[in-house]
Amino acid sequence: MRYVIIGAGPAGVVAAETLRKQDPKGEVILIGDEPEPAYSRMAIPYLLAEHIDERGTYLRHATDHFENLGIRQIHEKVTAVDGTGHTLTLQSGESINFDRLLIASGSRPVAPPIPGLDQPGVHHCWTLADARYIADYAKAGSKVVLMGAGFIGSIIMEALVERHVELTVLEMGDRMVPRMMDQTAGNLIKHWCIDHGVNVRTSTRVMEVKPDDTGIARLTLECEAAKPIQADLVVVATGVRPETRYLENSGVQIRQGVVVNDYLQTTLPDIYAAGDVCEALEWGTGNHAVHAIQPVAAETGRVAAMNMTGSNTLYAGSLQMNILDSIGLISTSYGQWQGVENGESSELLDEARFRYIKLQFEADRLVGAITLGMTEHVGVLRGLIQSRTRLGRWKEHLMKDPSRIMEAYLGATHSA
Amino acid sequence: MMRSLTISPDKCTGCLQCEMACSYENEGVFNPVKSRIKVFVFEQEGRHVPYTCTQCADAWCQNACPTEAIQINAQTGAKEVNEGLCVGCKVCTIACPFGTVNYNQATGKVIKCDLCGGDPACAKACPTQAITYQDANWTGYDKMRSWADKTNTQATAQA
Ligand SMILES: Cc1cc2nc3c(=O)[nH]c(=O)nc-3n(C[C@H](O)[C@H](O)[C@H](O)COP(=O)(O)OP(=O)(O)OC[C@H]3O[C@@H](n4cnc5c(N)ncnc54)[C@H](O)[C@@H]3O)c2cc1C
Ligand code: SF4
Repeated sequence: MRYVIIGAGPAGVVAAETLRKQDPKGEVILIGDEPEPAYSRMAIPYLLAEHIDERGTYLRHATDHFENLGIRQIHEKVTAVDGTGHTLTLQSGESINFDRLLIASGSRPVAPPIPGLDQPGVHHCWTLADARYIADYAKAGSKVVLMGAGFIGSIIMEALVERHVELTVLEMGDRMVPRMMDQTAGNLIKHWCIDHGVNVRTSTRVMEVKPDDTGIARLTLECEAAKPIQADLVVVATGVRPETRYLENSGVQIRQGVVVNDYLQTTLPDIYAAGDVCEALEWGTGNHAVHAIQPVAAETGRVAAMNMTGSNTLYAGSLQMNILDSIGLISTSYGQWQGVENGESSELLDEARFRYIKLQFEADRLVGAITLGMTEHVGVLRGLIQSRTRLGRWKEHLMKDPSRIMEAYLGATHSA
Repeated sequence: MMRSLTISPDKCTGCLQCEMACSYENEGVFNPVKSRIKVFVFEQEGRHVPYTCTQCADAWCQNACPTEAIQINAQTGAKEVNEGLCVGCKVCTIACPFGTVNYNQATGKVIKCDLCGGDPACAKACPTQAITYQDANWTGYDKMRSWADKTNTQATAQA
């Protein structure tokens, strides 16, 4: 049996290891188009902040890890897949047959249609190569504009702050991390960042990026209804999209991402998908969605590999979960934090101390949550949501005081 | 035979000796705030529940970690944080459905129970044997497993 994996990120690597474990004799080929050893994108901010070197981003640290497992690696781009013909084509023109294929090509960053984003000095922050470029230009005191204060943008912000650049953050939305935080939390994070010396401007639209003609900086950003901003470096973090371009004629169905069923199988039986690239069952809603986060990449990689070896493993669904550190202010969001129809919510806000917790319930079950300023036991929120624990009388306690979550967790799960 | 921490909340008096011992063993200070085991108090019922990591067989924290920083101690089976590899991303703290991996803002790393390398200070300190360290298939272990199963979102193989 020959298993081929496209993409050597966390989804691909976990899948390769799981395939080996499940099928000790199978042939496993891991194809990735980046030159470095398999690494973790989400460690990039810590590289930029100089907490680690590039080796610190590697997914596996033993240099012979994949060889020892008998996993063959190919560092090349896949340019096309023929799903029914069970072959794929590499950039070099070589073709490779497979019995089972895993699509784990992750996502690629996308930029809005603003003129001037394609010039030197404007860069995404998605790969190690991007990180090296940014490190070259984001020196102490240099003028850096970060476009986008979504989840990834906000994480990069933290790293840029640690590089002591003169930072301006521009966000089109009306608050920070709009897809992870409600108005209250998004605004508190913004005020916290401003208090900590970052120039954050929400509801700000960039119209054009031009070379700067004053000689003070490399670039000028023209903004709608605001003064132009000068920058030596513009980092674009305005969103990502599943990398499916090479799959156009593959025969697998693609909507937002590669469509998979509850076994992470695509519309072609021998082809599976995992990680950022797949559009899988969303936990708790029954919808299919792309969840571009690390825990989902690892989990789908594992489950897809189980199924590729015939174990019939049902995927429980991707739960939205994020944790963000904004200059020391820690925030989390889980599941259906916006609430559900006919649901109830409770919240507790201490604006002066930047503390906030909001819980969303459906009957007496927790379905979503947002926290700000909480670092202890946050995981139980996941536990309560995904175990569908019936809170019983604890629901009423939490409606009155949502901060008693740990007590409610123990009360509802650990008492006779 | 691997051993594990077995907790009997009914024997706990809430004296917090375990938290003191844990923080001293691991952080060098007698400070319950820095303890990896926590005693939760249920005021109305007068009940105390010590709570810490159960070292799940297939650990959520370990699976979620992007840098291989949570590793298994082959002797004890404990899932241990390798501080040199941990980047402090906190993904494990939201992935652990038991809430037993916590972020330490002072060090920028996470902390969790590591069974003190096979001689857990909390169990030694507990005067009432509410916390004991014993063979994994002894009483209590199955109960802990069943809590784990309740939150088992890691897909289960179907027959
Ligand atoms: C700066 C940054 C910070 C982040 N922070 C967090 C965080 O705090 N928490 C969190 O949960 N997530 C975070 N993420 C997101 C997380 O990194 C991704 O969800 C995760 O990497 C997805 O894993 P994956 O294996 O699906 O895809 P990827 O990691 O993107 O790996 C896919 C691999 O496939 C390769 N590839 C693509 N197309 C081809 C092709 N045609 N041929 C061959 N190879 C190909 C790619 O080059 C890449 O190497 C962050 C991401 C970034 C960039
Ligand atoms: S905080 Fe450290 S141990 Fe936890 S997931 Fe991140 S790198 Fe791994």
